[in-house]
Amino acid sequence: MNVAPDRGASAKHHILTVLVENKPGVLTRVAGLFARRGFNIYSLAVAPTEDDRFSRITIVVDVESAPLEQIIKQLDKLINVVKIDELAPGEAVERELLLATVAAPPEVRGQVIELVGVFEGRILSVGWRELTVSLEGSPSKLDDFEELIGNYGIVALQRTGRVALPKLERRTPDIEDPPA
Amino acid sequence: MQFSDRYGSAPSAIARPTTDRSSEGTEMTTPSSGRRMDGGRALIKALEMEGVETIFGLPGGAILPVYDPIIDSPIRHILVRHEQGAGHMAEGFAHATGRPGVAMVTSGPAATNIVTPLCDAYMDSVPIVVITGQVPYAAIGTDAFQECDTTGITMPVTKHNFLISDAQDIPRIIREAFHIATTGRPGPVLVDVPKDIVDPKNPRSAMDWYWPEEVDLPGYRPVTAGDPEAIRRAAELILAAERPVIYAGGGILKARAAEVLRELAELTGIHVVTTLMARGAFPDDHPLALGMPGMHGNYTAVTSMQRSDLLIALGSRFDDRVTGKVPAFAPEAKIIHVDIDPAELGKVRRPDVGIAGDARLVIEALIEAIGELGGPSRQPDRRAWGEQIREWQQRYPLTYQPSEPGEALKPQFVLETLRDNTPDDCIVASGVGQHQMWTSQYWKFNHPYTWVNSGGLGTMGFAVPAAIGAKVGRPDRMVWAVDGDGCFQMTAQELVTAASERIPVKVAILNNAYLGMVRQWQEMFYEERYSEVYLSPDLPDYKMWAEAMGCIGMRVESPEEVLPAIEKANEIDDRPVVIEFRTDSREKVYPMVPAGLSNDEIIVDPAHGEGGH
Repeated sequence: MNVAPDRGASAKHHILTVLVENKPGVLTRVAGLFARRGFNIYSLAVAPTEDDRFSRITIVVDVESAPLEQIIKQLDKLINVVKIDELAPGEAVERELLLATVAAPPEVRGQVIELVGVFEGRILSVGWRELTVSLEGSPSKLDDFEELIGNYGIVALQRTGRVALPKLERRTPDIEDPPA
Repeated sequence: MQFSDRYGSAPSAIARPTTDRSSEGTEMTTPSSGRRMDGGRALIKALEMEGVETIFGLPGGAILPVYDPIIDSPIRHILVRHEQGAGHMAEGFAHATGRPGVAMVTSGPAATNIVTPLCDAYMDSVPIVVITGQVPYAAIGTDAFQECDTTGITMPVTKHNFLISDAQDIPRIIREAFHIATTGRPGPVLVDVPKDIVDPKNPRSAMDWYWPEEVDLPGYRPVTAGDPEAIRRAAELILAAERPVIYAGGGILKARAAEVLRELAELTGIHVVTTLMARGAFPDDHPLALGMPGMHGNYTAVTSMQRSDLLIALGSRFDDRVTGKVPAFAPEAKIIHVDIDPAELGKVRRPDVGIAGDARLVIEALIEAIGELGGPSRQPDRRAWGEQIREWQQRYPLTYQPSEPGEALKPQFVLETLRDNTPDDCIVASGVGQHQMWTSQYWKFNHPYTWVNSGGLGTMGFAVPAAIGAKVGRPDRMVWAVDGDGCFQMTAQELVTAASERIPVKVAILNNAYLGMVRQWQEMFYEERYSEVYLSPDLPDYKMWAEAMGCIGMRVESPEEVLPAIEKANEIDDRPVVIEFRTDSREKVYPMVPAGLSNDEIIVDPAHGEGGH
């Protein structure tokens, strides 16, 4: 499906992916560093990586580049921080998961199910007057869904915060290159 | 004095122990791998393996199992009277020796009492390792007696901290703690030790002894060598500059770079300012020495930086007390910035050439690069600049009006007399405030590692315990603390520690009956509304207080008594000495750049005319 431009994207919007040692207290150190400098973390997601010695923290911040440079350098000083990458929104693939319980009384239930289908979401739980649905996608797609489904009434909503990885480099294979 | 003599006596670089203490023959210190041991003994043994000779501390419930094996250890323990004292002593030890200072205290209030020294060491990049006791692991989070989230509290004021969860980790964590504290940009490291994992009565304290030869810290890679391309560009800037100034900071001392700094200055003929933290990094009696810049720097140091076309910042961090109003700081200067901490490059002022690296290695490489580019003969003629600097020095020397007969002592006179009647390599520690600024201004620091002070945090009460730590680290040196009456009252009880441990430090209290620097600000910026700043000259009676603490106490009120009192103090070496000097409370520290103003708005002593401006 089409990825709409992210409404949250601006010149101030930066994604940091921070590889850290998988030890207690590391998230506090990272988050505390932002708090001490008065920067708001817009979104944060953290989980172990393919190597269980490390976790990856994805942080979305809205700051100008200059203070961000200082934040990155200070983050890099933390003993448990192994590697930091800054991704511009255009250079990243971003995904987020949304869980929502929405009002779906019998008279509009069909419309709600149809909307979830259009957004390629899934229905996880069905109640008498409510549905719980999940939706995965780019943050902007989730924003759109949230706005539309809001017309029916959102009972509970939980988003994960975004995770991101760099987009892969595309390169035309040279003639000499043997096929992989 | 010969160059090599002067620096030959400097303490050696931060060193790992080179001797295997097993030769001492005690069972405790035999590093036999795989031997069953309890965590408390393992912790003390790990400290021994790190070459720790002295611990400053105070025991209590949670840390008792670690105190028990100290009886059998060759490590000297100095029992302080307040945990803040332990932390500042560890700092004073580190300032004077370059080796990490170690403090050990118990949990809860003991841990919170040592937060100030941790923050102080963090701001001034002082390598210390602090061990704190903690309630048993299972009790953490239950609000147990004397529990405190020590790692949480100290996270923002330490370079790193550890909460040990397994006795088996103790040697590794101690090894890592010392490695982190002493390498890269030095700083304080805290190790929080739950009681059960060090208590021999608890099975959780059992461990197999080992000593890790390597540290495995994948996220910690301090830079050392600077980028050769950047160093070449820096050398080119130096060779092209017409009005260069070297802006030397405390990083010179941390990197043991005083000798190469002098080489660079002499090779290029460039003048050197030494910041508050760098006093002694370049000899004050050198013709190229400009002394201290900044808020209370001398006129020439401040103004030469302002008018320079190149600032060579070496191990300095563009602190607001140096720069004044940042946009107006050294407006025409290109900046070369050398710092071990990459985060300092561009933090305050964007450098034209930023070099992350060890100051000593980078300066050595700079000297080489200057040679390769044709040497100092390629430099422009800087005689006019030198002439300008000399003119400023002659026109605006540090001055004060000597007191008339019968008037109170001038603090500057006391300091000059003390300076001129102590050995050239005397170590001087100071508290924070007017007396600190006067000491930095009027002392002649001709040797590195002779100035011990709290620059970044500005911790009142630093002087007495820091002087004790410095004397423990350098018992061969005379150590004077210069303190204010306000500062002295904050940590004076550590003189009980010094008296009982026979640590013969000397303390000069400049008693002006006020929180002097606060009074100065109230006089200059608060229309002489002296709110809550008067302390009284007589309460307490400092002489009696000193004597009650086991020191020799003296009181000096007139100029002719100053020298005899100092001479008497210098002769006493079996106990601490305290001299209370009654000084003039109206005396102010000049020059001064008011906070937030440009360095161009420096106020000199009104005696220079023009109302001080």
